[in-house]
Amino acid sequence: MARSAIIIRRATILKKFGAVRMEPIMKLGQWTIGFTCGLGGACVFLVVALRGAARSLLRPMLIVQQLYATGVLTMLIILVSGLFVGLVLGLQGYYQLVSFSAESSLGMVVALFLVRELGPVLSALLFAGRAGSALTAEIGLMKATEQLAAMEMMAVDPMERIIGPRLVAGIISMPLLAAMFSAVGVLGGYLVAHVQFGVDPGMFWSSIENGVDLIDDILNGVIKSLVFGFVVVWIALYEGHRSVPTSEGVSRATTRTVVASSLAVLGGDYMLTAIMFGGF
Amino acid sequence: MLSTTDHTADHIVCAEDLVFSHGERNILDGLSLTIARGTVTVIMGPSGCGKSTFLGLLGGRLQPASGALRFDGKPVPRTPGPDLFRMRRKMGMLFQNSALLTDLSVHDNVAFPIREQTSLPEELIRILVLMKLEMVGLRGARDMMPSQLSGGMMRRVALSRAIALDPVMIMYDEPFVGLDPVSMGVILRLIRSLNDALGLTSVVVTHDVSEGCSIADQVYLMDNGRIAGNGTAEEMLGSKDPWIRQFMQGHADGPVRYHHPAGDYLEEIRGG
Ligand SMILES: Nc1ncnc2c1ncn2[C@@H]1O[C@H](COP(=O)(O)OP(=O)(O)OP(=O)(O)O)[C@@H](O)[C@H]1O
Ligand SMILES: [Mg+2]
Repeated sequence: MARSAIIIRRATILKKFGAVRMEPIMKLGQWTIGFTCGLGGACVFLVVALRGAARSLLRPMLIVQQLYATGVLTMLIILVSGLFVGLVLGLQGYYQLVSFSAESSLGMVVALFLVRELGPVLSALLFAGRAGSALTAEIGLMKATEQLAAMEMMAVDPMERIIGPRLVAGIISMPLLAAMFSAVGVLGGYLVAHVQFGVDPGMFWSSIENGVDLIDDILNGVIKSLVFGFVVVWIALYEGHRSVPTSEGVSRATTRTVVASSLAVLGGDYMLTAIMFGGF
Repeated sequence: MLSTTDHTADHIVCAEDLVFSHGERNILDGLSLTIARGTVTVIMGPSGCGKSTFLGLLGGRLQPASGALRFDGKPVPRTPGPDLFRMRRKMGMLFQNSALLTDLSVHDNVAFPIREQTSLPEELIRILVLMKLEMVGLRGARDMMPSQLSGGMMRRVALSRAIALDPVMIMYDEPFVGLDPVSMGVILRLIRSLNDALGLTSVVVTHDVSEGCSIADQVYLMDNGRIAGNGTAEEMLGSKDPWIRQFMQGHADGPVRYHHPAGDYLEEIRGG
């Protein structure tokens, strides 16, 4: 209905302005309307999903199952990626620091990078690609094969049985995954520093101890990953829930999940960093 | 022809002047029917005439634009969540494509509604599930996953899931599509025997005339979103009405609309 209204409006505008090319402006307008509608829908969905999530807290077994599916199964890719990121940080950090003879602070540099930025952001991006896309595809297929409708007909609320536990599990597992990412990354940095370049282990660890603050760095990092986890699961569940119930619709929704949640994580990281470390 | 405003207690479903639309098109356009308790009512009509849509309205999943729809004496449209769920516990539904939960085994699928709605001990649930599966002849398949079942088996599992909580009414959406003759006979007999043994009311939506007629106590024919005729199967088969005759006998020529509504054919081909 909204679409036909837009088309009618387009026709009248075209008549009014005749030869003037209005296409790009109308495209922009259409995109804005579509985006606003999507955002509104997502917010309504969130309210219902949060209510379902609250009720699903009474059924911990459902949440545990989802913790396994979203959290545990994502662990491997998080650990491997964290290790490599840490190794690279160690290398790059050492090359830069050694020219100032400051390689003793390598531990602090690696740890700060990981805890403040790379841990929460990269693990959220990996989480979106691994768990978010799976969530969207799962919900979308459940919708396409009428499983959600069948549940409703069995007087079972899919928001409580399906959506809620997944939302809770995503929010719980994201900070844990980010913490693992950072921990393994620091280990990777240590491997490079000590084994490859012979930096003194005591210096490496004490620089971390002195340089990393519990509130400023670690707590802020945890808050970031909580927010990212929430946003990624929200987008994934919403896209799955509103997907067109066909194979093409589900595949599009999966793509949208990965794109939208990656953008949201990166954009959100800028804003959170500005608020947390910019002294607003 | 129709006994519409009949709110007596022996009618479990009363629909009156239901209108439902997708966009500008009225899918249901003044549909009125009643379904008597304890009977098998078959609703037949050409593909796309709005049969599944009617079941959606009856289950409260879709909302009509206007009209009244009562189930077991209570209005269905716009019933708030908890009341609607209470109402749905009295309904069973067999979906067009079975809609089994793909991550659960056959046993767990049938146990699903029991586990969700009751707090019976696991041992009792196991017995209940075995009883329901035995009724459809699939006790031996209880540990299989839905992906390992054939279409006909899936439908029987879905059927035993639909009767798991002993509903008052059960709705079948196209239960005969894509079945071999043996499975077809099994399903037909199941619908009839479950209806009589459990004292259910059955609503069967289909476009298979001969199968539908073979189990029906009452037949409704649907066309263009409204009822085109009703009566017993014999009355329908012997009807003089040209539309009913053509549909029941499957002739190609006649008043039954086969094309989706469209503009003028020649004009569209010329590019007008
Ligand atoms: N989401 C939708 N948007 C627009 N039109 C729809 C939508 N869903 C269904 N329709 C239309 O509603 C009409 C009725 O659909 P319905 O599924 O009720 O048909 P049906 O009688 O069950 O047909 P079949 O026997 O093939 O299952 C169809 O003509 C279809 O085009
Ligand atoms: Mg249908």
